[in-house]
Amino acid sequence: MNWEFILKYLPLYQKAAWLTLRIGLAGVLLAVAVGLLCAAIQYYRVPVLRGVAAVYIELSRNTPLLVQLFFIYYGLPKVGIKTDAAACGIAGLAFLGGSYMAEAFRSGLEAVEPIQTESAVSLGLNRYQTMRYVVLPQAVSISVPAFVANVIFLLKETSVFSAISLMDLMFTAKDLIGLYYKTTESLFLLVVFYLIILLPVSVLGSLLERKVRYAGFGT
Amino acid sequence: MSEELLQIRHLKKQFGETVVLKDLNLTVHRGEVLVIVGPSGCGKSTLLRCINALEPIQGGEVLLQGQQIAQNSKNLTALRQKIGMVFQSYDLFPHLTVLDNILLAPVKVQKRNREEVKKEAIELLERVGLKDKADRYPRQLSGGQKQRVAIVRALCMHPEILLFDEVTAALDPEMVREVLDVMLNLAAQGRTMLIVTHEMQFARAVADRVLFLEDGEILEDSPPDVFFEHPQTERAQQFLNVFTFKNVNKK
Amino acid sequence: MPDLGLEVLLKGKNMIRLLGGLGAALRISLIAVILSIPLGILMGVLMTWKNPVTKALFRIYLEFIRIMPQMVLLFLVYFGTTRSFGWDLSGESASILVFTLWGTAEMGDLVRGALISIPRHQYESSEALGMSKVQTYRYIIIPQTLRRLIPLSINLITRMIKTTSLVLMIGVVEVLKVAQQIIEANRMSSPNAAFGIYLTVFILYFIACWPISLLARYLEKRWR
Repeated sequence: MNWEFILKYLPLYQKAAWLTLRIGLAGVLLAVAVGLLCAAIQYYRVPVLRGVAAVYIELSRNTPLLVQLFFIYYGLPKVGIKTDAAACGIAGLAFLGGSYMAEAFRSGLEAVEPIQTESAVSLGLNRYQTMRYVVLPQAVSISVPAFVANVIFLLKETSVFSAISLMDLMFTAKDLIGLYYKTTESLFLLVVFYLIILLPVSVLGSLLERKVRYAGFGT
Repeated sequence: MSEELLQIRHLKKQFGETVVLKDLNLTVHRGEVLVIVGPSGCGKSTLLRCINALEPIQGGEVLLQGQQIAQNSKNLTALRQKIGMVFQSYDLFPHLTVLDNILLAPVKVQKRNREEVKKEAIELLERVGLKDKADRYPRQLSGGQKQRVAIVRALCMHPEILLFDEVTAALDPEMVREVLDVMLNLAAQGRTMLIVTHEMQFARAVADRVLFLEDGEILEDSPPDVFFEHPQTERAQQFLNVFTFKNVNKK
Repeated sequence: MPDLGLEVLLKGKNMIRLLGGLGAALRISLIAVILSIPLGILMGVLMTWKNPVTKALFRIYLEFIRIMPQMVLLFLVYFGTTRSFGWDLSGESASILVFTLWGTAEMGDLVRGALISIPRHQYESSEALGMSKVQTYRYIIIPQTLRRLIPLSINLITRMIKTTSLVLMIGVVEVLKVAQQIIEANRMSSPNAAFGIYLTVFILYFIACWPISLLARYLEKRWR
């Protein structure tokens, strides 16, 4: 292993990791927004929109991110919708992640027992109060494991961004392999940087899961 | 006779094609304890759920102090506050402590002072022997303890009438007593209560009137002594026979 | 009607070529699935062993495969191993290798999960009925395990098919690569081909994955 090489190109990886992380987080946040919207539409059975959400979820879950990105980045400009690479990455991540988040939130909402709503309204809580104080807190804590898994999944998916010429970690690694044939060093840095991004998320996620495990019945 | 608190007139309830309650009439006076018995599937629980408008009804009306309770009533949340309901199980909010379970509705819905309600809640918890559990979560309680908390939660809303829907049916036998004792106490205080139960001994002890429900109709409405000693209908006789055993000791 | 570049599809053998590309992607996932299932079952059973060493080894293997993006795994195998072992691995072989390593890890975890989810009393009550160890597994444990396992493994297949789109990045000619070639070749005659062709690829992947997802969901509901 050539440590000199590693030290020399460390800043390049840092920059790339920072890009990956920024786009990844922006994509995750948008995905959460899309997911919340879809879950609410499905939970309240909003007519028409419910059908739209269902079609979107099927399309998004049954196609690869790379294909979605190619369509957004290379296909859509032909009909006048132009995006730069970063915006395209975020949009792609939101399109893909929105459906995964929607499923996580929806199953959380549906996992709250109907009797919980019934006892809440029996106590005189209105619809809003029932949602705010009884259903949501439980649904959120039930959704946490799926939510954490989705965040990690989406951050991993960012690894395809180099295909739309974003200078992310994969792009940097491939570039260095091509230019200098320092394969071992380039790949080593690649793995280390993905671990630096993903391990803390994974650890934080399990901590969060443990913290919110108050819901759920039984002993 | 005291005030007519609850009136049910020509109540009709069906699930799809199945008629669960047909043209049911009932009046409950303040301070009365009614026990509703009958074979499973006779509509007992559905009746209680209709009183609280948890189920849409297909005909008739339910009046509490002269005001109609239906799913589209404008002041439904206000009316529901006057009706306390305790379910079979799993109705405590698992993400809240015992105390927060009790305080939620009085503070958020009735906008009462938190400290005052807390004082009242602690007093009530003490009376049911659970003062030391105030900061526990429901999952840390036994089934009997949970049901006693659920009763306290209902009481803290100062309801006019209490509905109990088979509250001991999911409990281990040794825990049934502690819950029934609490209910006997409430009856002794003169609370208005509607109780659905399978505990016949308890029914006899607590009831002012026993209603026998079968196939969505009230077949009997009589004082407990009359109902248990001299049931008027053959159906009720058969039902009561279920609770006695013939001796098969072969010695 | 704006030019959506769909006419390129009908030109020459373009549609057939695209389908051929999809076929290449599906072939990779199919081979990987066929290899992953027996290996995954083996790994899952071994993971329920109480031996701390095997437990730790499998755990590390699983966690590493899980946390690394599949793209990174592809790079490690395609660029990394050719370098350090000096062998000449084709892009397709590297893909199959990576998907099998990944599939085995995921399948192994599913099998382990399904096995430990069978409650103790199921074993106890079959013993109480006088069943032998083999009979217990044959009639009680394995049928219940399969019911939990099959829908989840079918889901894994769709995940694998979707992930095969990545092999483009290590030079395998699959559907996206073919799409790029077609668009490039028709750049002059149909400048808007990118829209129509990539939309077609999108739909092709959907047609490949959706029925499998539906099947998984149906079985999950039916066997719950």
